[in-house]
Amino acid sequence: MDTHAALYEQGKARLDALRQLAPRQQLSLVEKMQQHGITRRDFMKWSAMVTGMLALPLPFSNLVAEAAELADRVPLIWLHMAECTGCSESLVRADTPNLDSLIFDHISLEYHETLMAAAGWQAEENLEHALETYKGRYLLAVEGAVPTANNGSFLTVGCKGHTGLEIIKHAADGAAAIISVGTCASFGGVQAAYPNPTGAKGVHEVVSKPVINLGGCPPSEKNIVGTLMYFIMFGKLPALDMFNRPKWAYGARVHDNCERRGRFDAGEFVEEFGDHGAKEGYCLYKVGCKGPYTYNNCPTERFNHHTSWPVLAGHGCMGCSEPNFWDDMADFEKPLGRQLLHGLDATADTVGAVILGATVVGIGAHAVASIFAKPLEE
Amino acid sequence: MSKRVVIDPITRIEGHLRIEVEVDENNVINKAWSSSTLWRGIEVILKGRTPMDVGLIVQRICGVCTYSHYRCGTEAVENALGIQIPLNAKYLRSLMQTSLYMHDHIVHFYHLHGLDWVDVVSALSADPAKAAQVALKYTDKPIAAGEGELRAVQERVKGFVETGKLGPFANAYWGNGTYKFTPEQNLIALSHYLKALEVQRVAAEMLAIFGGKQPHPQSLVVGGVTSVRDMLSPARLQEWKQKHAIVTDFILRAYQADIVMAAEAFGGEASVLGGVNVKNFMATNDFVLANGEYLFDQGVIMKGDLAGVSDINPELIAEDVSHAWYSADAPQHPYDGTTIPNYTGFVERDTVYGKLPTLDGDGKYSWVKSPRYQGEPVEVGPLSCLLVSYARGNKVVVDAVNALLARTGLPVEALFTTLGRTAARMLQTVIVAQEGLRTFDALLTNIQSDETTYVKPHIDPSKEYVGHAMIEAPRGMLSHWIRIKNGVIENYQAVVPTTWNAGPVDANGKIGPYEASLIGLKLEDPTKPLEVIRIIHSFDPCMACSVHVMDFKGQALSEFRVSPNGQ
Repeated sequence: MDTHAALYEQGKARLDALRQLAPRQQLSLVEKMQQHGITRRDFMKWSAMVTGMLALPLPFSNLVAEAAELADRVPLIWLHMAECTGCSESLVRADTPNLDSLIFDHISLEYHETLMAAAGWQAEENLEHALETYKGRYLLAVEGAVPTANNGSFLTVGCKGHTGLEIIKHAADGAAAIISVGTCASFGGVQAAYPNPTGAKGVHEVVSKPVINLGGCPPSEKNIVGTLMYFIMFGKLPALDMFNRPKWAYGARVHDNCERRGRFDAGEFVEEFGDHGAKEGYCLYKVGCKGPYTYNNCPTERFNHHTSWPVLAGHGCMGCSEPNFWDDMADFEKPLGRQLLHGLDATADTVGAVILGATVVGIGAHAVASIFAKPLEE
Repeated sequence: MSKRVVIDPITRIEGHLRIEVEVDENNVINKAWSSSTLWRGIEVILKGRTPMDVGLIVQRICGVCTYSHYRCGTEAVENALGIQIPLNAKYLRSLMQTSLYMHDHIVHFYHLHGLDWVDVVSALSADPAKAAQVALKYTDKPIAAGEGELRAVQERVKGFVETGKLGPFANAYWGNGTYKFTPEQNLIALSHYLKALEVQRVAAEMLAIFGGKQPHPQSLVVGGVTSVRDMLSPARLQEWKQKHAIVTDFILRAYQADIVMAAEAFGGEASVLGGVNVKNFMATNDFVLANGEYLFDQGVIMKGDLAGVSDINPELIAEDVSHAWYSADAPQHPYDGTTIPNYTGFVERDTVYGKLPTLDGDGKYSWVKSPRYQGEPVEVGPLSCLLVSYARGNKVVVDAVNALLARTGLPVEALFTTLGRTAARMLQTVIVAQEGLRTFDALLTNIQSDETTYVKPHIDPSKEYVGHAMIEAPRGMLSHWIRIKNGVIENYQAVVPTTWNAGPVDANGKIGPYEASLIGLKLEDPTKPLEVIRIIHSFDPCMACSVHVMDFKGQALSEFRVSPNGQ
């Protein structure tokens, strides 16, 4: 890694290798845009404009507060599919703004099974009423994967016994925007892990509209509320990455901003939980941290009002905001090494590939250095 | 002429629950069916994976009692491998559990169960000055219940209602005759509903201090706990204690006061004076206070006989699937069970809302299995936990229960009611919050001489391992069972609180706690069945927990005979 030219070659080789892998998405981004009548030129203009907006400084909470006066009440319909309610629990933890001001001041929460007062027949009436009354205007948030095996019959909701699959398709038709909250709704999540007995899928795989994916198990309260507020503030979707995650939240790797990055660069690794290095805050790569392969703002935003995040608590990142991480990143307390990851495809730009390629090489180099350093420590 | 009432979705719970009841001409329930309508298959997904990943995966069974499954799964593996974790790790796990309970029970009472007791519309006509005086009746130091605060809450909600959009409060059963609070009492409780949204955030932060985040913490590993830096940081320890004090304050000055207020107001309300009709209770010992000492006791009480409490025998647990959407010939012990999906769908019939697909009570009708202890249905949960410890003569619990009974003037029998179930959850929270500090002190003492938090586990791939763990989740006794072979998971089963409580009728015609709790209940208006929802919520349903599978015995997934519309 002594010259940029060498780095470029490494990245190019990596891209070539990745190009040999089967694509995860059926359609490329370019094809998708064409389907929706977006030219490349339009897309570039749109990207430039939204990127400009996204350059507003973090923490996002300041932005939210300033724009509160501009906010209109937006009807929000939140549906639960195959899930554990962890994402709703995360929403309930929101503090900027908190949930009650979100409900009273910013959104009109028309349907949310964990929070709404109505039940049964009357709850279903609320949903039908909201879908009809606010057609074309409502924001649809989905928590949980959609079971598709056996015509979706592994999930039914409501007195009329509709399957989750039917409900999602119907609700998506009239939505102004769709947000998949969490890794289950985004990419299928834990129930879609091998062998995926219920045919669980992410929402974007069963509807024919663009979907914003908020990866994370669960996503932090800031990423959920930040995305809702973005739509409320600007009335449009934020800039998205290749997995349709908002760039403002998922634009950087966990590794890039990690508080233990200095330890990584110095070749100081926790060798075993609870050891000297663990007490000193050494890098968790060797006990399985997936931060180098994971795009999220956990290190800067943390969770629960900035209280902590897994790496601060001494456990490596498990990669929970990435597609298929339950299979690709297991076994979670062991390093992945140089294994190829899904994190890139043919549409990724060369610079990013170069950076990721360099990191993987860097990890290898540090691991080697650390192996040599070990006898000295002992 | 009997009528069928269908309630789906049961909202303000975790997961997807459908309840159906049949009422007679006097609107009295004579039959009830409880059904979970989602199947996820977590346990089949576990097969073939490393046991070291168990905790992280099974935690995703539930995002509400998120930490419970994490801990139980991790401890099942430790039990199988014969690992004794360091004392510090035990204390840290106990502190996280304390944090979880303080969080979970507050959220349950105010945000999930609360609107069954509190009529929001009635609160809008309250006199805030009078309400502030009423609040003083239930505690010397009310919280968020001064005249100014109550007026502000009322005006805020009024303004919201005047926009014509009731949002999450729309189309509920406001004005139902079984709401018993006065407008002033409703306003106090509504104010606490909003205050609790703030306080629960602090409680979640408590868990995040040692857990990394909440929900889905990430600091437990097979062999111990990883947050050693937080444990050794005086600032972090103090942060936990400070947040603990804030949340405890709310528990004592709001939660406890509101339950006393509810006991007074609802003391004569028929629909909450029954509802504990399976009088078998089970709980396991949990909450490590110091080395070898637990806050709560284990045991089984059958037929309501508090004098006859016995030790749990794990061998006597079996799951019946005769009316669940699975196939099996006989009840099975968790180590040896099979789960072969056999979905038979709904049956169309007349209901109070017209023709609807309904549960086939004579056949199969739920994704939840029916666990039995010695062939009998058993209720688990905070009420069971307190009854078992009470029957054991656990001084802390006996004193707390007796003090509440004295304060409300209610007899011991009042415990065996829906009201008692809700009060037991509050009492458990108070006990956990106050006594849990002993764990904190034990940790401070121990780290003076011992900083270990982890022992490295070892799996011999040539050996087979079997193990289980039993803990008290906020919803009741939780057990995880694992078999390990060739170094990977051979078989996994979770028998969870909501399965014990929500399971369908078994092959012997014995019905579980949810269904039994509804029999004999009179509804004011079958098309607005508030009473049913109130009773079911008192169990704190958690459906994602209760729906699981284990072993397909080589059956190909494509061969499941599943038809969405029945046969």
